[in-house]
Formats: sequence, C-alpha cells, structure tokens
Amino acid sequence: MKQTKTTELFVGVFIAAGVAALFVLAMQVSNLSSFSQADGYTLTARFENIGGLKVRSPVTVGGVRVGRVAYIDYDNDRFEAVVTLEMDGRYNQFPDDTSASIYTSGLLGEQYIALEPGGSEDLLANGSEIEMTQSALVLEKLVGKFLFNKAAEGNQSAEGEE
Amino acid sequence: MLEWIRQLGRGGFGLFEKLGRSNLFILKTLAGIPSVLGRPQLLIAQLLSVGVLSLLLIGISGLFVGMVLALQGYNTLVDFGAEESLGVVVALSIVRELGPVVTALLFAGRAGSALTAEIGLMKATEQLSGMEMMAVDPIHRVIAPRFLAGVLSMPLLAAIFSAVGIYGGYFVGVGLLGVDDGAFWSQMQSKVDLHEDIYNGVIKSLVFGVVVTWIAVFEGYDTVPTSEGVSRATTRTVVYSAFSVLGLDFVLTALMFGDY
Repeated sequence: MKQTKTTELFVGVFIAAGVAALFVLAMQVSNLSSFSQADGYTLTARFENIGGLKVRSPVTVGGVRVGRVAYIDYDNDRFEAVVTLEMDGRYNQFPDDTSASIYTSGLLGEQYIALEPGGSEDLLANGSEIEMTQSALVLEKLVGKFLFNKAAEGNQSAEGEE
Repeated sequence: MLEWIRQLGRGGFGLFEKLGRSNLFILKTLAGIPSVLGRPQLLIAQLLSVGVLSLLLIGISGLFVGMVLALQGYNTLVDFGAEESLGVVVALSIVRELGPVVTALLFAGRAGSALTAEIGLMKATEQLSGMEMMAVDPIHRVIAPRFLAGVLSMPLLAAIFSAVGIYGGYFVGVGLLGVDDGAFWSQMQSKVDLHEDIYNGVIKSLVFGVVVTWIAVFEGYDTVPTSEGVSRATTRTVVYSAFSVLGLDFVLTALMFGDY
C-alpha cells in the first residue's frame, strides 16, 4: 500500500510539472500576456506597395506597439494592397485623419506600420479605413533614382564645360 | 532470378500483413482504453515507469540543448549586432522543433525500448497466453494502460523539455554571455505565438507520443517469442520510432508552418 502511495505522489508531481511547464511556455515565452485580442478592433489601410510587410508585423504609434497586421490582401480593381490592422482595444482614440506609413526597424530589421495621429475631432471607428498612407520605401527604387539623378547631373556639368 | 522476385513478393506480403496486424492491434487497444479508466491504478503504475523515470533524462537533455543553442546562436548573431534576438532563436527552435523531436527520440530510447522488452518477455515466458487462459484480455490488462501512459506522458515531457531548455538558453545567454535580460524575454514574447508555435508544438508531441508508443507496444506484442526475437523487436522499436518521428516531423512542419 505504501508503495502505491509513493507511486501516486511521483506521478502527481510529474503531471503537475508538465502542466506547469506548459503554463510557463504560454505565459512567459509566448505573447499571450502582452497582447489581448478580447476587446480589439480592426482598421484597414491601402498601400501602393507594402514592401516586406507580413501578417503579424507590429503597428506602432510613437514607437509604442498598439496592434498588429492581421491580414494582407490585394485589390484587383484599384491595384493596391489592402492591409487589415488588428488594434488593441485600449488604444481607440485615434482621429480619423491619422496617417499610416510603412517603415523599417533598423537597416536589416523587419517592416512595421507607424501611425501618426492627425488633428481631427472625429475618431476612427471599428472597421474604418485610414485614408492617408505612405508606401514602403523600396531600396532598389531609391538607388535607381539616385543613380539616374547623378547621371543627369553629370551630363549637365559635362554640357556646361563644353 | 525467379527466386529473387519471389522473395520480393514474400517481403511485400509480410510488410502489408504486419501493417494490417498493427492497425487491428491499435483498434483493439483503443477499445481497451475505457476499461483502463475504470482501474486507474494500472495507469498510474505505468505513468511512473514511462513518464516519471524519463523525467531526469529529459530535463538534463533539455537543459544542455538550450545551453548549446544559446552558445551557437550567440556566436552567429553577434556578428550582425543582433544578439538581443537570441531569445527568439532559442525559443522558436526549441518550441517548434527540438522540444517535440528530441523528446520523442529520447522517449523511444528510454521508455519505448523498455516497453517492447517488457511485453516481449511477457510473451516469451507465456504470461500473455496465461492471462488469456484465465479469461483476462492481455490487451486490456497489459497493453492499453502502457499505451495510454505513453500517449499522456509525451506531451508533458516535451513541455518540460522546452521550458527547461529555454531557461538553459537564458542562463547561458544572459548569465554567461551578457545579453540584455529584458530584451531576451521581450523579443521572445513578441515573436513566439501561443497558437502558431506552442499549440502546434504540443500537437506534434502528442502525435509523436501516439506513434512511438504504438510502435513500442506493437513490436513487443508481435515479437517472436525467443530471447533473440525480443532483442530484435527492441532494436526495431528504436529504429522505426526514429524513422517515423523524423519523417512525420517533416510532414507536420510542412502542414503547420508552410504558407502554401
């Protein structure tokens, strides 16, 4: 009988340790505690070019994370990318002339959406669209433009010398 | 030449026969599980030998796997000035892959081989047929509790492996190599998703638990009842478990994390 009691004790400790490990994984390791979707709301924004933006990329205001990208779609008629943002319910006071831009964190970092609140009295409601957007900077385009300008300048100065 | 083709045919028959037997066997075992729940003592005894006694092996392996990952990850990441991402690297590789897979391989070596040898020896010494003589179904009395214990233990062991491994990575990364404490955890928390990463890891470990325990109890039950047969069955358990775990891992990963 004593044998079975210690057995039961060990098995109980084992199961408790396993459940505790799962709990640690859920609370400490994953983003469960930092982001609650319970009372969130969604916004949409249209971009000409989203660059390397991905689902689950962060949405920030002034560097503070206030939501994330929930869904990315392409509008066949207007040839634009439609990004759905899932916002944290605690931050629901954005004016309806808020603008959205896609930036890159660091040189090699991931891309994120930065919101800049405007001055309007009316607030953005659940499901509304952010009108003012700025597309992602594509490095190749920038380099191409820079080289083109340089070449044009070079031609001008060459013509001036003649 | 003709003889060779005949042998191939015989081998093919043998393979399909065995697959069919193992499927019938798992059905009978599943049918026997309700009777185990009526007698939890049987299950608890098996949970002790399958789960609790594997705990030390799993814990120590998890600790060292996490520490090695932190060391290797740090040396690569520091070149890019991204050593704060160490927490993400360690947590994602352990929770998604190494936790379930390494636990399943260790589990097959530690508990699976023991199950096969025990059941095989019971068959070789005719304990199983003795039970049948006494109108006790050996599948209900011997196989089902062991199967259930293995299936229940695997996810718990994998979760312990992952948690211990992440703390091992934390000790090496933050304690020894000087990665920032807050960045280690906050980057990890922002990148590891509860559904996408942790639930899928648990599902993986559950699948591996079913497969490894199934192979172990079936090889034991199906063994040639001699000492050589038991030794071969034990070897086959470890080999087949390793193959199926690694193969299934690819399939599951493609289903869970592939974007197609």
